[in-house]
Amino acid sequence: MEFGLSQEQTMLQDSLTRFLGDSGSLARARVFNANNEGRAPDVLAGLAELGVTGLIIPEEHGGVGLGLLDAALVSEVLGRHVTPAPFIGSSVLAPLALMRAGSAGQQAVWLPKLASGAAVAGVALSEATGARENAGVTASGGRLSGRALFVIDFEADVYVVADKAGGLHLVAADAKGLTRTRLPTIDTTRPVGELNFDNVEAEPLAAAADSAAVVRFLIDTGRVMYAADTLGAASAMIDQAVAYAKERKQFERAIATFQAVKHMCAEMAAALEPCRSLVWYAGHALESLPAEASVTACHAKAHTSEVGTRVAKTATEVHGGMGFTDLVGLHYWFKRIGLNRQMLGGPEAVREDAARLQALAA
Amino acid sequence: MELSYGAEHEAFRREVVEFLQTHRDQAPGSGRGASALAWQKLLIAHGYAGRTIPKEYGGYGAAPDILKSRIIAEEFAKAQVSPGLGGQGISMLIPTLLEVGSEEQKRDIIGPTLRGERIWCQGYSEPGAGSDLANLRTKADLDGDEWVINGQKIWTSTAHLADWIFCLVRTEPDAPKHQGISFLLFSMKSPGIEIRPLIDMTNGHSFNEVFFTDVRVPAGQIVGKRGEGWKVANAILKHERGSLADPNVMLSRLNGIKELMRSETIDGRRLIYSPVFRDRLMRVEGEVMAMRCNDLRLLSGAVNNADVGIAGMIVKLQTTELRHELERLAIDVMGEMGVLYGEGAPHLRGNGSWQWNYMFFLGLIIGGGTSQIQKNIIAERGLGMPREPKLAIG
Ligand SMILES: Cc1cc2nc3c(=O)[nH]c(=O)nc-3n(C[C@H](O)[C@H](O)[C@H](O)COP(=O)(O)OP(=O)(O)OC[C@H]3O[C@@H](n4cnc5c(N)ncnc54)[C@H](O)[C@@H]3O)c2cc1C
Repeated sequence: MEFGLSQEQTMLQDSLTRFLGDSGSLARARVFNANNEGRAPDVLAGLAELGVTGLIIPEEHGGVGLGLLDAALVSEVLGRHVTPAPFIGSSVLAPLALMRAGSAGQQAVWLPKLASGAAVAGVALSEATGARENAGVTASGGRLSGRALFVIDFEADVYVVADKAGGLHLVAADAKGLTRTRLPTIDTTRPVGELNFDNVEAEPLAAAADSAAVVRFLIDTGRVMYAADTLGAASAMIDQAVAYAKERKQFERAIATFQAVKHMCAEMAAALEPCRSLVWYAGHALESLPAEASVTACHAKAHTSEVGTRVAKTATEVHGGMGFTDLVGLHYWFKRIGLNRQMLGGPEAVREDAARLQALAA
Repeated sequence: MELSYGAEHEAFRREVVEFLQTHRDQAPGSGRGASALAWQKLLIAHGYAGRTIPKEYGGYGAAPDILKSRIIAEEFAKAQVSPGLGGQGISMLIPTLLEVGSEEQKRDIIGPTLRGERIWCQGYSEPGAGSDLANLRTKADLDGDEWVINGQKIWTSTAHLADWIFCLVRTEPDAPKHQGISFLLFSMKSPGIEIRPLIDMTNGHSFNEVFFTDVRVPAGQIVGKRGEGWKVANAILKHERGSLADPNVMLSRLNGIKELMRSETIDGRRLIYSPVFRDRLMRVEGEVMAMRCNDLRLLSGAVNNADVGIAGMIVKLQTTELRHELERLAIDVMGEMGVLYGEGAPHLRGNGSWQWNYMFFLGLIIGGGTSQIQKNIIAERGLGMPREPKLAIG
């Protein structure tokens, strides 16, 4: 019985933390934002060197061959450092789609490129969960039409696209008839966008017996990854709030001596710590406890989002006016948590999904 | 991550299950009648109660194995069979004596306490000493070879049922407040003790006021040395906090709410089809799941001697608050039916246990270190924030 991280997993988090650095990462996120960059090649190269881009890709395709709990642990560190880099789409969901539904040929073409960071893959799943009116992609005769909203890791070379019927497709970013529009969001560290398809040539990812089950698995996995990102971002916010409270003086004393401030910090920490346990469990469940994986993923996403949102607000308040400014940059974490909350289903939607999965809803 | 308990432990689980199948009809309902005492004896003989307490003190004498203890708890809970006697003597005093008691105390006290022949109450809190427990005033003066005790305790659970009390008293009035306290054991039948019942908000009589007037206690009935009572008491508080956290009970309560929502209808519609209540249900389910995962992490930390950071420190706060909220949900789900209370009330659901637990857990939010005190502890010891000026504990 061991409910916890292995030495390798702790080392993975540590080495990534060293690379991202404690202060450098916010500075890089600021530049990324200021220059309206789509991709940060330096960050991506560093992640590739550490094996992050190829984390879950099998070794024969140039990856590291680790599991989805490992991916969740990486996602946590990236959230912690508000890292301006693709990961959830390009390094987790797209490789997973290729590994579970791609042909040997498709895997051989794309997995090595994704592993090395030579290519970035975006993922369009939002029509499979929380579909909008006037959106949705239909496939006919190997061609896609329609619109995909809220595409993850949008600044990409290739896209994995879910259609309305549960099919999955690969589409090149420069395919004829494809119009790409970046959607400005609160979170400037990870581009999100919209794809419009006008009879666009696509390759079906059709090697899976049950494509809809693969889509479901991608959604579950994505939810756990967003939960982990929020976990990391929220714990960074708590650390900053506690450190600030110990430094900042008012009424001739550190504000950390005020019980109201201490209790804000204690409440944040007490609420977030069980999320860590929950995210680990959900990450483990994805591959090891298939019967529980979907419901657990829903709860990890919903609960961590709720706690994360509360932490984001409270940690900002602990900083007083400074928390509201761009100077300390706390809002980068605030916004990261805000984006994570809505993607692949907000808490209410995801809880409804959890109820449906347990046959508690009509 | 390895969530299985392993072959040896799964074999042990089968033993427990077999025991339960063979003997479950001997298990008592509630209370401390003759059948409960006989059941306790049987459990001790098989190592399902007093498992790691040495044989010479009346226990079963097994080597500590956290997973085996957990398996016993899990299987008894699953079978809904009494896991044996509890109470403050068994859950708090015995562990403390094992740590700091004298050889004689261990021999004389642990056995009868474990077998349920001696019931204890905990005399800590006083009117002027609640969260600030070290402020207690009940005093004990040494007169020859006897302590003479005068003062008052309050909130003393089960004092009216108890044979004995473990009690904090001030023996060194001139020492700093944490260093002037001693930990005494004495009979509740001693002359000079008066017990006045306090009715709690559930309408139950669970705790009392206890008054001491010239109560005489043999000098040797002290645990630890004179003035060391605070250290001894802190060991007990640690046990108390740990014992409140059973997320598996929360899971079965949660399943109870699901049952309720599936079976009850309002305006012809099953409650489970109310999106608002369903969302609240799922919200609580997520929180319960997080605490169950946290509990696994603590279990694993204890088994493997691994550091779990603040994951343990937050449990009392989070689980008592969550349990209170969970019981509240059931009440809300029932609408007007939710207010029914009291034995024999028409239309009563679940024997009134939802309202009862809702109130009882508010008591547990307060008792044994309030939620605010828990937050002080988390901020100070967990996050390294400055200590409350007067809370510096020895
Ligand atoms: C069901 C139940 C059973 C109990 N059983 C026993 C028993 O068997 N034996 C026994 O000895 N005691 C028992 N107690 C007593 C229990 O331990 C105390 O009630 C508890 O420690 C709080 O003390 P108090 O009631 O004096 O409240 P107070 O300490 O007066 O607290 C009142 C309020 O002030 C807040 N407060 C106090 N100090 C601080 C601080 N430093 N910072 C922030 N807020 C603060 C508290 O959080 C609370 O909200 C029991 C209590 C309950 C409810």
